[in-house]
Amino acid sequence: MIEDSYLQISQVGIEFPTDGEPFRALQDVQLKIAKGEFVSLIGHSGCGKSTVLNIVAGLYKATEGAVILEEREVSEPGPDRAVVFQNHALLPWLSVYQNVELAVKCVFKKTKTEHEIKDWIEHNLSLVHMDHAMHKLPNEISGGMKQRVGIARCLAMQPKVLLMDEPFGALDALTRAHLQDSLMEIQQQLGNTVIMITHDVDEAVLLSDRIVMMTNGPAASIGEVLSIDLPRPRDRVVLAEDPEFNNYRQQVLRFLYEKQRNPAAKAVA
Amino acid sequence: MSATSIMAKVSELRKLATLENFKLLIDNGIRAMALPVLGICMFLLLWQLVANNIVTSLGQFPGPTQVYEQSQNLVADHNRERNKEASFYERQEKRNAKKLEKNPDAKVKVRTYPGKATFFDQIVTSLITVAFGFLIATLVAVPLGIVCGLSESAYRCVNPIIQTFKPVSPLAWLPLVTMVVSALYVSEDPFFEKSFLTSAFTVALCCLWPTVVNTIVGVASIDRDLINVSRVLQLNAWVHIRKIVIPSAIPMIFTGLRLSLATGWMVLIAAEMLAQNPGLGKFIWDEFQNGSSHSLGRIMVAVLVIGIIGFALDRLMLALQRAVSWDKQAILR
Repeated sequence: MIEDSYLQISQVGIEFPTDGEPFRALQDVQLKIAKGEFVSLIGHSGCGKSTVLNIVAGLYKATEGAVILEEREVSEPGPDRAVVFQNHALLPWLSVYQNVELAVKCVFKKTKTEHEIKDWIEHNLSLVHMDHAMHKLPNEISGGMKQRVGIARCLAMQPKVLLMDEPFGALDALTRAHLQDSLMEIQQQLGNTVIMITHDVDEAVLLSDRIVMMTNGPAASIGEVLSIDLPRPRDRVVLAEDPEFNNYRQQVLRFLYEKQRNPAAKAVA
Repeated sequence: MSATSIMAKVSELRKLATLENFKLLIDNGIRAMALPVLGICMFLLLWQLVANNIVTSLGQFPGPTQVYEQSQNLVADHNRERNKEASFYERQEKRNAKKLEKNPDAKVKVRTYPGKATFFDQIVTSLITVAFGFLIATLVAVPLGIVCGLSESAYRCVNPIIQTFKPVSPLAWLPLVTMVVSALYVSEDPFFEKSFLTSAFTVALCCLWPTVVNTIVGVASIDRDLINVSRVLQLNAWVHIRKIVIPSAIPMIFTGLRLSLATGWMVLIAAEMLAQNPGLGKFIWDEFQNGSSHSLGRIMVAVLVIGIIGFALDRLMLALQRAVSWDKQAILR
């Protein structure tokens, strides 16, 4: 097995049925991701970033092409491809602990004892610094905290790939920065393979090993791939003045605002 | 400004503040208590005025005062009947004790009191009947609603049937239910009266639909993200229903249940009249047939009692919903 085809998105395209002609959202999406790599998908809204993620998750079925994870084709959703949803998607009637428990029990029911399961849930909640609010309901904690729990729920499943759909998009800037730092720290520690959707350029450059920039839809595809060779651990304050960091930022910005202008902006002009 | 004048100012402000509070308290008090009382008083007055001008073949239409008298009478009837019953058992016991004293091997007969049911017995019968019918309806409606909410195909199968039966009046069902119960429920020593089963099933048939329809809507409108969570976790159908479907559909299920119970309570009175189930419906029917000068007053008492019980049942369901619901902040009314 070649090291960098841990996850392979191969010639993927998708069409959605409509009343008239079927709508082609994606065409020829081709990407190989190595184990432990952090990849961001960036593009204007409506370009099909989420669709790519949903296909990898198995929530959508590709019209053509396939997703291959560890040499096996993905055919349905499963806990080996955990999804962090933009709006946390915690079950509001379960406490923080119970939300993680539901996921842990699905994955480890047969392999862990009752006691080990409890320890594992607590361990994962402490990874995201949420062990102090274990028995609160999602309504009783802030948006950032909910998203931490959403991440803990996914980490606790020990997925082969962690899929994040604009995980910090609904948060304020300070909370977002905190969570980005937490995520970097955890990913450094656990070596997760991550695909993250974002439309925040700074976030993409700061977190990623590679940034995949998508062209505008319909029939969206991958435009350019940018490798970010910044040493880890990365510090946002230091990097803010780093010429290399800014160079990467500029490359992404140039792609987004010169080569692939926002379709909405085009309409205005 | 000197210190004393400041102090004076402060105390003056404080007085004003308490005065404001007091006003607010009165305002709230008026809104909470006085207005409903005012409404009721106006209604009673209007009722009395109108009643004075209606004369029927059974005498004057009862106003609030006559209705109050009749309610007192019904309570008195009830107490008299209970005393009679007690003395009946007392006499029976004494007689049997005497018999046994003479001859320890003598066979003693124990008879149950043959007196007629009082108004309060009839209320209890009605409540039991509606509870039984409502229970049957719930046991059918909630699972059916969940299945139809989860599966588009099941919904398409069942929807025409729901839409057809939903508007059917209880009176249309009753003859059919009566015949079916008579045909199928044959036993030497029946545990339930036939009239009880007929009324309860009629109630069930009519109060099924609001719960079915609301459960379907509740289940079909679960947040997509939560369904995706369930798919990623590969939850099996049973866990999916228990952990995700039912908690998110609970508010809608309860909306349905409350509508169902209200419908059931209305249907029950009609069903009892025709099925002769010894409840409030039969009470009204019997009083009507009786045709005494007190009848209309007594029927009016029953009407008010039916209304108050209906209201109480709805509050009961609301309390149950509060207890079951996970969202304690939700405003339920």
